[in-house]
Amino acid sequence: MAEIVIRNVRKEFGSFTAVQSSSFKVEDGEFFMLLGPSGCGKTTTLRMIAGLELPTSGEILIGGEDVARKPASQRDIAFVFQMFALYPHLNVRKNIAYPLVSQGMSRAEVRRKVEEAARILGIEDILDRPVGGLSGGDRQRVALGRAIVRDPACFLMDEPLGALDAEFRERMAEELRALHDRMGATTIYVTHDQLEAMQMGDKIVVMNHGVIEQFGAPQDIYDKPATLFVAEFIGSPPMNFLRFHGALPPGATQATLHHVPLGLPALREAFEGDMVYGIRPEHVRLSDAAPYRGEVLATEYLGTTQVVTLATANGEVKARIPADQPARVGESVGLDFDGRTTTVFDARSGRALRSALNEGVLHG
Amino acid sequence: MSFSITDPSPRQKAVAGALVIAYALITMLPLIWIVSTGFKSSADSIAYPPKIAFEPSLEGYVNLFTAQTRQTPEYLAENPPQTWYEEIVHEKGMVIAGPSRFGERFLNSVIIGFGSTFLSVFLGTLAAYAFSRYRIPLKDDLLFFILSTRMMPPIAVAIPIFLMFRNLGLSDTHLGMILLYTAVNLSLSVWLLKGFIDEIPREYEEAALIDGYTRFQAFRKVVLPQAATGIAATAIFCLIFSWNEYAFAVLLTSGTAQTAPPFIPTIIGVGGQDWPAVAAGATLFLLPVMVFTILLRKHLLRGITFGAVRK
Repeated sequence: MAEIVIRNVRKEFGSFTAVQSSSFKVEDGEFFMLLGPSGCGKTTTLRMIAGLELPTSGEILIGGEDVARKPASQRDIAFVFQMFALYPHLNVRKNIAYPLVSQGMSRAEVRRKVEEAARILGIEDILDRPVGGLSGGDRQRVALGRAIVRDPACFLMDEPLGALDAEFRERMAEELRALHDRMGATTIYVTHDQLEAMQMGDKIVVMNHGVIEQFGAPQDIYDKPATLFVAEFIGSPPMNFLRFHGALPPGATQATLHHVPLGLPALREAFEGDMVYGIRPEHVRLSDAAPYRGEVLATEYLGTTQVVTLATANGEVKARIPADQPARVGESVGLDFDGRTTTVFDARSGRALRSALNEGVLHG
Repeated sequence: MSFSITDPSPRQKAVAGALVIAYALITMLPLIWIVSTGFKSSADSIAYPPKIAFEPSLEGYVNLFTAQTRQTPEYLAENPPQTWYEEIVHEKGMVIAGPSRFGERFLNSVIIGFGSTFLSVFLGTLAAYAFSRYRIPLKDDLLFFILSTRMMPPIAVAIPIFLMFRNLGLSDTHLGMILLYTAVNLSLSVWLLKGFIDEIPREYEEAALIDGYTRFQAFRKVVLPQAATGIAATAIFCLIFSWNEYAFAVLLTSGTAQTAPPFIPTIIGVGGQDWPAVAAGATLFLLPVMVFTILLRKHLLRGITFGAVRK
């Protein structure tokens, strides 16, 4: 196992820049998520780590060794593809054995290792079946078997659950995470599903348009987003954005929106101009006494909670409140914002302003 | 056994079967005619109306494989026939002077046909793989150029090629014919195979690269087995073309490298209209392609419909 360091890696395809100069570090044994919408450069980044694409510039260190210019076969990594990519002309056992055969391992040793991998994944009974007739879940297990059988320095997974149906997905996600915990293998996992990323990852990199927007622990990314993009991409429903104009001095603990002062964590920088007051739906409460008013547009019942959509002077707001709290469409209600949890963004660049809440999390 | 509405009734099955058999008979009639004529005597072969029941004779095959000369009755009486085929010749007042050229010509066809097929498929597979997987400057234009070589009728380029071959000393050589047929077939081969290779997901090779194989090993161990159907289909198309090719063969070969197609019609001129010998030659000529096609039939059927349906 090994740590992976990505330093100023950049990838251009002709005139198109798929990945802008990116840097991040994956600690040894970490389950690391590369998250972003399609076309954001996350798969390209993963393929560069794997050696399936060569970076235009930059360094990729696996276990301290720069492998950016080495072919995939010399990088000691395992890759799990979204479409599994099991060799269709070989049966399960031969598929799993394939990477070992290339190393010239003895037949008895190959047999032992394949059976060990099969035991870990619970697929001993299908070893001699052709891969054609397997279910999606079993194919994925075989693909994982091919990855774990050789004890690589790290696992790279490109949306490995993307081709499974919803029901299987959850189970495989749990299996994957359990497998990772048991083996302690450094894993980089690409996904566009923010829930999957939060549920499984130790750390998340959020990418957009080839740029790393933020990287950190799931809680930090959720609670302290570094950009408007992250705040919107993570969370369902996403963070509420209340647009306003004004000037805030350093140390400000209030912002005035529509003549109502709203709380915020003490700012660490001054800002003047168009800003966005960002707050998660679960930190918005309905309270008749609150001076900031909104009109209920719709309610969505979700069992224990409900999501209420409100129209305010600064835009639409969604609040996640207990399901038993009454909220009728058309009603005017007061909105109480939990000021300790909010983030203020520069509306033009999308950057979060530094505050007492996020100062330990933001980089650069 | 029960029948549902969607299953054909026994009567429908019988009608359909009869139609299929009738159609098969009609399409196979020329083949039956050729094969049966090969086993007829000279007299039976020109009988009118044609004889369906006849006494089989190997005269055609003996004539095909031997050169014969007429001899005086005294000579024939003094030298009685030693073998069954000498006897057939003897009865017509002839003796066998030696083997005919058919064996050589047939061998030429085999060497040139299979040689050029091998080269076309080998080079075609490599080129198709490159076109399918690598970023090649002017890829689309190159592919069109390759295809455009196929647009001219062979006869239009026959004279330039004839002159070129004469200057290069390739006229009437095996190498010349193999190169020529390879050049003609290569466009077909590249295009067909590119289609097949495009259908093989790249992930298989990438998985192999990551599993520790080199690019070439990945090609050989992962791509080739999966392209097997396409390669078989392409090989059959290439062989059928070079095996049957007539125009170039007539123009560019006369002796050493002459293939069977221009040779077979010349049999007819040797000692009268020897239809059984021509038919025997044609029958033997059919066999290799037939055997080759039957051997690869399973691949061919899967091959030509491959990619027709999106998986």
